[in-house]
Amino acid sequence: MLREGQIRIPSGCAISGIMNKKGRVFGGGDIINSIAVMHDRSNGLGGGFAAYGIYPEFKEEYAFHFFFDHTTIKNEIEALLKKNFIIASGEAIPIRKSKSIKDAPLIWRYFVRPKHRVLVKQEVDEEEFVVRFVMRVNSEIDGAYIFSSGKNMGAFKGVGYPEDIGEFYRLEEYSGYLWTAHGRFPTNTPGWWGGAHPFTLLDCSVVHNGEISSYDANRRQLEMYGYKCVLQTDTEVVAYIFDYLMRRQGLPLDVIVKAMASPFWHEIDRMNKKEKEILRAIRVVYGGFLVNGPFSILIGTNQGMIALNDRIKLRPSIAATKGDYLYVASEEAAIRQVCSKPEHMWMPRGGEPVIGLLEASQPTRVPVRTEQEKIAINS
Amino acid sequence: MQTIDASGMLYRDLNELIRDSVSRGVKEIRLINVNGHRYIGDGLAKEASIIIEGTPGNDLAAFMEGARIEVHGNAQDGTANTMNGGTIVIHGDARDALGYSMRGGEVYVRGDVGYRVGIHMKGYQDMNPAIVVGGKAGDFFAEYMAGGIMIVLGLGLAPDEDIVGNYCGTGMHGGIIYLRGEVAPEQLGKEVKVVSLTEEDTCVLDGYLDNYCQYFKVKREEIDKKPFCKLLPYNKRPYGNMYAGW
Repeated sequence: MLREGQIRIPSGCAISGIMNKKGRVFGGGDIINSIAVMHDRSNGLGGGFAAYGIYPEFKEEYAFHFFFDHTTIKNEIEALLKKNFIIASGEAIPIRKSKSIKDAPLIWRYFVRPKHRVLVKQEVDEEEFVVRFVMRVNSEIDGAYIFSSGKNMGAFKGVGYPEDIGEFYRLEEYSGYLWTAHGRFPTNTPGWWGGAHPFTLLDCSVVHNGEISSYDANRRQLEMYGYKCVLQTDTEVVAYIFDYLMRRQGLPLDVIVKAMASPFWHEIDRMNKKEKEILRAIRVVYGGFLVNGPFSILIGTNQGMIALNDRIKLRPSIAATKGDYLYVASEEAAIRQVCSKPEHMWMPRGGEPVIGLLEASQPTRVPVRTEQEKIAINS
Repeated sequence: MQTIDASGMLYRDLNELIRDSVSRGVKEIRLINVNGHRYIGDGLAKEASIIIEGTPGNDLAAFMEGARIEVHGNAQDGTANTMNGGTIVIHGDARDALGYSMRGGEVYVRGDVGYRVGIHMKGYQDMNPAIVVGGKAGDFFAEYMAGGIMIVLGLGLAPDEDIVGNYCGTGMHGGIIYLRGEVAPEQLGKEVKVVSLTEEDTCVLDGYLDNYCQYFKVKREEIDKKPFCKLLPYNKRPYGNMYAGW
């Protein structure tokens, strides 16, 4: 397989996210309309969506979304799934045939729980087991890709313009409380179904506009912790960095964003003693997770949405709120298309995150910290 | 005056209608329900006035030569890209890279502007472009500026807000920046210095400030409450000796 950097296609991207912080669900029509306004930011080589809260009937199961190249590999995977998981349900993901979407692989979903005895044998918890399974399938099994693996959420992606991909997957028939979308304009890497955004691991999804110049440094760091970067694109490292820092290290969100988009050393030098100490520690310990290059990303999780830009804001982003809704997009027009009179609209600074947490969310993975331990960021 | 409803219209069709109307001699065009339509007024070299209601898309008025555009709303990225002449009046905010490589004409923004505003702005002889910002500006304001005038008023700033971001005037080697208020040395690029205003500066500023007040119905006394500082580059050719010339 050719890695990121070994293939170059000379050719910007669009991102949009909508979330209801009370957890009230709404249909996929809005996110499609929002991303469609930015049609010209993509070139038809990739579109995709992440949707949260869409599988309430299977909310305790991991929802695996698969691309299969052919039926043989599907049968092989189903046997492997049966060995390791209890399968609550499995079906082809409903699609709508359309002229604009061609060469679609077989697209299936399975709602699964790891078997208890398998977990005991491997001495890992459920989530770690699922992560290892995803890594194994995606790196070792030719012709099968797991492109979504979280609970009560799902990614829907492919080669095409995002609005066409949304129509293809019949997204208006789903209801979720958080939706993110991506329109792709690949600059360095091939446009293929697995390479479309979002990139996901467990319930963490990433859509990204830009380039991760630090890809190789990040990849080397991640590989030490068992992550395998095989999707021929830079963005997947962001999903794995988030998984590592949030799930495995249990870091609070404000620390995670400071590790990924750290202030420059000369800015740290001007901070007060305490801030300086904390930020120095973050940069030293998590240096390999510093994401460099131009980026504007939207990260979705079961707890909410985080938007982040590179430190010198080489890619655009606009945020707005209205009532219980939070919007973030590459262009203001994408927000106004679905929100006629936003109450508050702002341009986040480089490295300054927009964090929208569900009010009802139980921050299970984020350890509770005392006020003194928190860094006063993004106040 | 002609009114065009842009809702549901592709930008190509909208721009074609505008060009058609202008070439037929229509002097004033009102566009309603504009949302994300790109390239409005690009290369427009006739004396026409376009009034936009909504949020125009990226690269508004790129390469524009002499028309006048008024936006009742916010403008997106890349407004006035390489603009040669004419006037843009924006009643809201403008985003990143406003006036990129601008070579002539004037842009007035009532509110705030984003990152890299006026990057690579240049002037030559009687071509002296100007950008006037009512609120605050983001990082890399006037980066690599080579000519023209950039003015930031800092109206309505909260007490802890800065009038410009970091790296202001980085790589600047021509032109003048006027900031109403003070700027911390660490916010400036190493190529610029802060100096006091001369009488000539006050005269130059007067014209632009009067325009701002007239366009946005702001009282001049409001602006005069606070003094300006002026930023100039140390050197017209900061990299002249980098590769040769010893």
